[in-house]
Amino acid sequence: MGRAVAAIVGPGNIGTDLLAKLRRSDAVEVDYMVGVVESEGLARARELGAKASADGVDWLLAQDPLPDIVFEATSAKAHAANAPRYAEAGIKAVDLTPAHLGPMVCPAVNLPEHLDAANVNMITCGGQATIPIVAAVSRVVPVPYAEIVASVASRSAGPGTRANIDEFTETTAGAIEEVGGAARGKAIIILNPVEPPMIMRDTIFCAIPADADTDAIAGSIHDMVADVQRYVPGYTLRADPQFDDPRDGWSGNGRVAVFLEIRGNGDYLPDYAGNLDIMTAAAARVGELVARAEVVSA
Amino acid sequence: MTHRDLRITDTTLRDGSHAMAHQFTEEQVRATVHALDSAGVEVIEVTHGDGLGGSSFNYGFSLTDEIKLVAAGVDEAAEAEIAVLLLPGLGTVTDLRRAHEVGASVARIATHCTEADVSVQHFGAARDMGMETVGFLMMAHKADPAELARQARIMVDAGAQCVYVVDSAGALVLDDAQARVEAMHREIGHQAQVGFHGHQNLSLGVANSVLAYNNGARQIDGALCALGAGAGNSPTEVLAATFERLHISTGLDVQGVLAAAEDVVKPYIPRWPSMDRNAIVQGYAGVYSSFLLHAERASQRYGVPAYEILQRAGELGYVGGQEDMLIDVALRLAEERDLASTGAR
Repeated sequence: MGRAVAAIVGPGNIGTDLLAKLRRSDAVEVDYMVGVVESEGLARARELGAKASADGVDWLLAQDPLPDIVFEATSAKAHAANAPRYAEAGIKAVDLTPAHLGPMVCPAVNLPEHLDAANVNMITCGGQATIPIVAAVSRVVPVPYAEIVASVASRSAGPGTRANIDEFTETTAGAIEEVGGAARGKAIIILNPVEPPMIMRDTIFCAIPADADTDAIAGSIHDMVADVQRYVPGYTLRADPQFDDPRDGWSGNGRVAVFLEIRGNGDYLPDYAGNLDIMTAAAARVGELVARAEVVSA
Repeated sequence: MTHRDLRITDTTLRDGSHAMAHQFTEEQVRATVHALDSAGVEVIEVTHGDGLGGSSFNYGFSLTDEIKLVAAGVDEAAEAEIAVLLLPGLGTVTDLRRAHEVGASVARIATHCTEADVSVQHFGAARDMGMETVGFLMMAHKADPAELARQARIMVDAGAQCVYVVDSAGALVLDDAQARVEAMHREIGHQAQVGFHGHQNLSLGVANSVLAYNNGARQIDGALCALGAGAGNSPTEVLAATFERLHISTGLDVQGVLAAAEDVVKPYIPRWPSMDRNAIVQGYAGVYSSFLLHAERASQRYGVPAYEILQRAGELGYVGGQEDMLIDVALRLAEERDLASTGAR
């Protein structure tokens, strides 16, 4: 069976790591790597057998065959400019930037609903890590409020994230509601400079009804962790879910707290950068499932 | 305005929020602001202990919406400016705008001492709103003087009018504080002021504040009855009395500040911040002061000593905001304890 043809636009750390992951795929073949200036990333892609160019999306859209899927790892602004051109050419876009033009997807939670979308957004690293857990709780009981704390190594937080950290907190909070199923979401990100760098950690707190079936919630969380591990092997629980009794200060709700560690796969990025790895792993997963669905429907 | 040599900012109603487990009432805020304002304090900080948006599972939910408390502070203050704290990554420009709309006029933007570049968008927004700006480089013992000065430079370039050396862990011992203030003053002193925010974990908040002044700091933080995280802040009433004895004018009325501490704050505080074992370990091991009550709660829940949780948090290099990790540490310590007892059997 033929593989879907893919392009990666943005040959930086994220694009290079994504290329490394997709090279293992039997559903997606990365034929093109696109930048706007000559770079190490383009050179690496050529070494790995992809056609690579510094002439941008103009070059990409002149190729034959055109890609079926494009992964955009540039910036929100660049993606906003490129997205209509991909759509016009009938190319599916998987958006790793904060542009948020298409529906937000998390492979383990809502991808099947959006397989047909022309453009899907990969939310944020903290969102990819934590929303599966919020969804695992909200599929068992109503979640009036969910809060996540993402701790990442300073070295893995790039200049884009640093210049607009509000974008992370606001986008992630919105996705906790829209994708995770909580009535209200809150997101917090902490940059920790300790050396050697800390592996990405995420904590998820969900308010749960006072009479919630805690065994059912814990079971659902364990199932979800296994689902995410299918595409992020280093996604692990640090401890069993911790349940706290209802309190007045929590509007009479109880609470479940989940402690995650996300060790990256070390494909191109260092293994402590689980925050970046989970983005590329999730995007690769989306690409594979989209490619398989296309082949089946074709 | 009368001449003064330095400006005291009182943070009873912000850093003190930690010691109050974020349960301030509007009446307490009004009474405290009134007393501070009457005693000549020019800047009064009112926010959740962890800054705007801090009300959460991770840091503790506020009893009263902080914006309501800020508005009450603004309403009560005849002369004083009301300041708010914001930690990028937790609070947002939207939160700052809300505080500004109800009358907050000083924006204090706080980052870990090596991460100043996450504050650039917030300084820009604060200046656009016409707010006075102050940068807060927290856990200042974690960066050497030269690095701290470089980080202060980033904040000043982004629009900070003053940058503080923030001894969040109460870990700076005299020369450590002095060297950091001096290096920062050398880097930014011609463009912006330098400030010092002390904690009492090693009982050096006031002494470090005097050294800070001697090395160029012109803004100093205090809190009535030391009400703050860990062993508390440099007490505003002690700062006022000490600086007066040194003939360094703060514009504060010492008797008025003493009365504010004794008659207004002391009656409502659940416990006077003290240099107990847990708090001293924080200063000694360089652990974020706000972790104290969270470590005590995790200690009760998981049956492991709070000072061990704090010690471990210091070894692992956790920074301000990582309160969730204290539960994780407690779980690890409990696991280690259980393994050890199994092995002994």
